Amino acid sequence: MRDSAALPVAVVSLGIAALWYLAAIGLNWQVVADMQTRAGATPDFGAMITLTLSHSRPLLPAPHQIIEELWRSTMTLPITSRRSLVHHAWITLSAALVGFGMGSALGVLLAVAIVHVRALERSLMPWIIASQAVPVLALAPIVIVALGALGMTDLLPKAIISAYLCFFPVTIGMVKGLSAPDALSRDLLRTYSATPAQIFWRLRVPTSLPYLFAGLKVAVAAAVVGAIVAELPTGAQAGLGARLLAGSYFGQTIQIWSALFAAAIVSASLVGALSLAERLVVRRMGARA
Amino acid sequence: MNTVLLGMAILVLGAFLVVRLARLEGRVLSLAAPLAFGATLILLWEVLVVGFAVPMALMPAPSAVAARMAMSSHLLAQDFAQTFLKAVLAGYAIGCGAGFAMALLVDRVPFLRRGLLPIGNLVAALPVVGIAPIMVMWFGFDWQSKAAVVVAMTFFPMLVNTVAGLAAAGSLERDLMRSFAANHRQTLLKLRLPAALPFIFTALKINAPLALIGAIVAEFFGSPTTGMGFRIATEAAKLALDMVWAEIIVAALAGSAFYGLVVLIERAATFWHPSIRS
Repeated sequence: MRDSAALPVAVVSLGIAALWYLAAIGLNWQVVADMQTRAGATPDFGAMITLTLSHSRPLLPAPHQIIEELWRSTMTLPITSRRSLVHHAWITLSAALVGFGMGSALGVLLAVAIVHVRALERSLMPWIIASQAVPVLALAPIVIVALGALGMTDLLPKAIISAYLCFFPVTIGMVKGLSAPDALSRDLLRTYSATPAQIFWRLRVPTSLPYLFAGLKVAVAAAVVGAIVAELPTGAQAGLGARLLAGSYFGQTIQIWSALFAAAIVSASLVGALSLAERLVVRRMGARA
Repeated sequence: MNTVLLGMAILVLGAFLVVRLARLEGRVLSLAAPLAFGATLILLWEVLVVGFAVPMALMPAPSAVAARMAMSSHLLAQDFAQTFLKAVLAGYAIGCGAGFAMALLVDRVPFLRRGLLPIGNLVAALPVVGIAPIMVMWFGFDWQSKAAVVVAMTFFPMLVNTVAGLAAAGSLERDLMRSFAANHRQTLLKLRLPAALPFIFTALKINAPLALIGAIVAEFFGSPTTGMGFRIATEAAKLALDMVWAEIIVAALAGSAFYGLVVLIERAATFWHPSIRS
């Protein structure tokens, strides 16, 4: 099954790259043509294409320009340099990870409470769902201003926004997972005269793990988005969001795209790491998959 | 001291009320518990903020937010029209429509489906909202660039869900259609699209809040001097948090109403699905 997907994915990726190059030539053509006319030069067709793909501030940079910039700003610069993308990615990643930890813990606790206390399920659940209709990211400026007034800056406000985005998928998945054991299994444990605690740890928790991991994967992607957006309204000095903002102020498109790619790499590797952890944990629990 | 006592009293009373109301059954009555819970929270917020004289720059009282909403209703309506009626609705329609059309195309070419689906799933997990500065550069400061961000955010969830939905029709039903000598179009219209509807509505529901978030965040990167995201960013910088909360309440109401509308249409369109019949 996995082998059969590799070829189509490769072909489609190549197709996207080819389309990208065509789009880059098309979008940058006018800019380059204007520049050449002003300079009094009349390059031929081939030279024009080379110029559109090597412009320093293009409307759409070509993929190889982004990869070059990524390589230059991650591998050639020292990690402590303020121009190193590793430095910026780490600042965003650390906030996202702290927020992910807080949000997931809150999400699991809420789910455990909801499953055990009926009044909470009836009264809290609608509000948890409504909390997601609030465009959470719009809250970012408030949280940052309010916490800044309390003397909290840098990592914590960003982490709190990430946590707010994280808890929902975890809670929903975990509530579903903790109530997933069927009546037959619960009856079986009751015939063994298992205590509620034993039912919880031996039946409900193991059954909920696949649901928990599904929620965690959604949550970790949301945490990265939260950390990036939280850097926007305050004019943060460092982080991937700050790179996006600075790039958009100064028209440095290559910088914007490389920050975007860095964010995508961070996000995808976090989801990948969770998938790996899921496979290990589920196998340890004795699942046949 | 009095504030703490009053707060505690509200908390105990509210908890008692919520626990009692949670026992009620019935469609309308089961709303009582969550409403009581919300009312308790708002009352507690008001009492604590007023009692401890929390400065407006930190946390405005609900009454102050309500007063601000009444006072600036004209400005709020103008921002709502700019962000929601123009950017969100246009972007949502184009993004969902394009995702759906792409899914129909991908469905006809199995090779494309196997190649595009993993990529679509990957993109759905990426911080797509980050393309906002690029869209502002391409499409200008007005609502078109915000709509473009919304298109990019809503396209992939729609694509992935519709493709999954088109594969959802059972093989028994497909065989039946084949034995009726139905062609591709007939099978699509009479069997596979109806079977895909629950999946399509899932994407529509996922996309509703996403679209609002995308439009608001895109305004942080530059906008004309109107719009919900613009207002939130500038008023937060001025520490006028009552206005920020007013915008957020409008956004929350608009988001909930939008989501609710999609759910209503879903109920009418997929009345046959077990999750709605039961």
